[in-house]
Amino acid sequence: MSDNAATVEAKLPKDLAAEKGLVNVQIDGVWHQLPRGMRMIEACKIAQKEVPHYCYHPKLTAPGNCRMCLVQMGMPPRPAPGQEPTFDADGYQPIGWMPRPVIACANTVTENMGIRTTGELVEKCREGVMEFLLINHPLDCPICDQAGECRLQEFSVQHGKGASRFVDMKVKKPKNVDIGPRIRLDDERCIMCSRCIRFMDEVAGDPVLGFTQRGTHTTLTVHPGRKLDSNYSLNTVDICPVGALTSNDFRFQMRVWFLKETKSIDVNCGTGSNITIWTRGNKVHRITPRQNDDVNSTWMPDSHRLNFHYIDSEARLSAPLVKIAGTHAAAHWNEAITATVTALKTFQPSEIAIIASARMTNEELFLTRALADALGTGQFTTVPRTGEADELLVSADRNPNTTGAQLVWQTSDTAGAMFGIREGVRSGAIKALLVLGEDLTDAGFTAEEIAKPEFIASIQLLAGPTAEASDVVLPGAAFVEKRGSMVNVTGRLQRLNRALEPLGDARDDWEILRDLVLAIQGGQPGDGPATIEDVFKSMAEGTAEFAGLSLSKIGDLGQPVTETGIKIPLLENERARKAAGLING
Amino acid sequence: MAVVKVTRPKLNSGEKMYLGAIMKGFVITMKHAIASLRGKTRGASDLASSGLGATMQYPEQKWDEHLPEYYRGAPALVTDEQDRERCVSCQLCEFICPPKAIKITPGEIPSDDPWAKVEKRPKEFEIDMIRCIYCGMCEEVCPEQAIYLRKDYAITGLSRADMVHDKKKLYEIGGKRVGLVNKWNELK
Repeated sequence: MSDNAATVEAKLPKDLAAEKGLVNVQIDGVWHQLPRGMRMIEACKIAQKEVPHYCYHPKLTAPGNCRMCLVQMGMPPRPAPGQEPTFDADGYQPIGWMPRPVIACANTVTENMGIRTTGELVEKCREGVMEFLLINHPLDCPICDQAGECRLQEFSVQHGKGASRFVDMKVKKPKNVDIGPRIRLDDERCIMCSRCIRFMDEVAGDPVLGFTQRGTHTTLTVHPGRKLDSNYSLNTVDICPVGALTSNDFRFQMRVWFLKETKSIDVNCGTGSNITIWTRGNKVHRITPRQNDDVNSTWMPDSHRLNFHYIDSEARLSAPLVKIAGTHAAAHWNEAITATVTALKTFQPSEIAIIASARMTNEELFLTRALADALGTGQFTTVPRTGEADELLVSADRNPNTTGAQLVWQTSDTAGAMFGIREGVRSGAIKALLVLGEDLTDAGFTAEEIAKPEFIASIQLLAGPTAEASDVVLPGAAFVEKRGSMVNVTGRLQRLNRALEPLGDARDDWEILRDLVLAIQGGQPGDGPATIEDVFKSMAEGTAEFAGLSLSKIGDLGQPVTETGIKIPLLENERARKAAGLING
Repeated sequence: MAVVKVTRPKLNSGEKMYLGAIMKGFVITMKHAIASLRGKTRGASDLASSGLGATMQYPEQKWDEHLPEYYRGAPALVTDEQDRERCVSCQLCEFICPPKAIKITPGEIPSDDPWAKVEKRPKEFEIDMIRCIYCGMCEEVCPEQAIYLRKDYAITGLSRADMVHDKKKLYEIGGKRVGLVNKWNELK
């Protein structure tokens, strides 16, 4: 036995796993190799066993207070003095199951550990925890905005008893509390998971939330004299497993089960947070962050998430306009394109300048370049737009695609021609302006300077001074109506997806640019690229960083294409906390 | 597969002439004609028909009082004993509606309203009666007992817009309904 054991010992699974720095864990009867120190709940996730939980969030510390993730744990029994450990035929030690459950969120896996996520003990525990959580819950699901994406609803169906044995009156707590400019609190719905408290403390760095009172009277409140007014406050709504925290902007607007989800990216700053756009019909109802551990973790700033109401506002342009005798009149697309090109052809190439935007997608910037080539002008620029970085997710560069413009135009300073163009307009050397998705006021033009050029054509989203001054206004598409790609400040190529059709007669910007190029070159309609994929393909041929890629190959999480050396502060914080063992996700 | 061979019935000469069958038909027709003239057709009393045949003379005559309890007519919204709108615009009926006839615009109840604690009610509630198929799913799915199929069946209009029942019209048809579960009283 002894020499036989010696030969077997060399091949024991625990040694094989240890060579890779892993441990063997049996989850519901199946052995897995997992990293040492991983939380049991994450291990179960990898094993595709669902462990219901409320308070645990992979990006936050685990206080273990909801007790929903109880599982049964087992370890090899400790050998008596002098006793050799025994191994079964597969080389694992027999597991001695513990009679009481443990929480999966705050315990870590070790060698030869066993986890049971099902079984009578675990199921009884979940039923009991659900019953306790529902004692004071108001059950106003028909009114509650969370209904449809509520963990309490889901788990009470899956793991609840189905009926309440509790006959006493429910504890009354404050309802409809105004705790911040964008958030409403309903304390009766709160199940005290403390995710919001931990988020504000650990991620947002503004610990304004906390619990007061004790026992069944525990109440979530905001610190006296303070408001939940951080620019990251709406993330607490996302992570709230119930409807205790709701967004004022989305409150009572639409039930979530009607909404269609489209994966896209945020365009309000250079970070390019990954987002999900929730639409019904031709209306955006809300925007929420989407997990991407290389860009925005699972968070996004409020200022960016709420900046979509302009898409269907009164100011939105929905038909091409041509100025006749000082007033704008609606025109057909062909007329507007022809009017633009006819007017541009009356000028010398040196008298034409293009003011493009780093808010455009790579494909649009590529076509802008083609347009400049077709016109023969070298005067094209983007408009720099900077703000204050917030040391978390908001980048100082408020244009979403500055890096992309640098790559597509093969220049390190895409706004280099800006000064020259402004001077040219002032002196009258530049007589025709083509403004693509930009506002001339943002580009530093005064009202007199805007009035100066003989001809202005612009692709615009909203009515404003630029559209007002334009001789031809071509209505473009908003970011939710576009498919295309952008490169964020860290050099990651990411994809926008179309959630809506462009409003009214408005058109995708790349189609407008393609038609302009075609009209200038005298090509026939249908000559140019037919789809945005074709544009990307021709762009990738001329751009080394995009070689071998296509729009679909970018994927939902993007691809790093270049190194800019810029880091996203929030991710640095997160990595530090992960290295310190505070979080697991 | 079993094959059953069907043979034609053998007819005798009398049956082949079919004169007897014609006479039989005449007799039955005459029976009904005489019963009609006497006002004593089938259903004259129990179905309140005109007596001029089993058919009722609609719209002069209506069968409304005979509609069974389970009759499914036009869907409508109801109020409770205290004239509170029962609907909280959860939009489950809109979701379940097979022909997508229901359109709800939810709205918040202002804080000065006596029912402010209910928080939510429909700002607009429209049922397109051209689309409605009277299936009763909306009534079945409603968690607030707010929508019921009433006995109204003669839904008419001169335009498509006329056929859309708005919130006002729906409450008009629905009226007040008492004796329902009331979860919004003071003792929750």
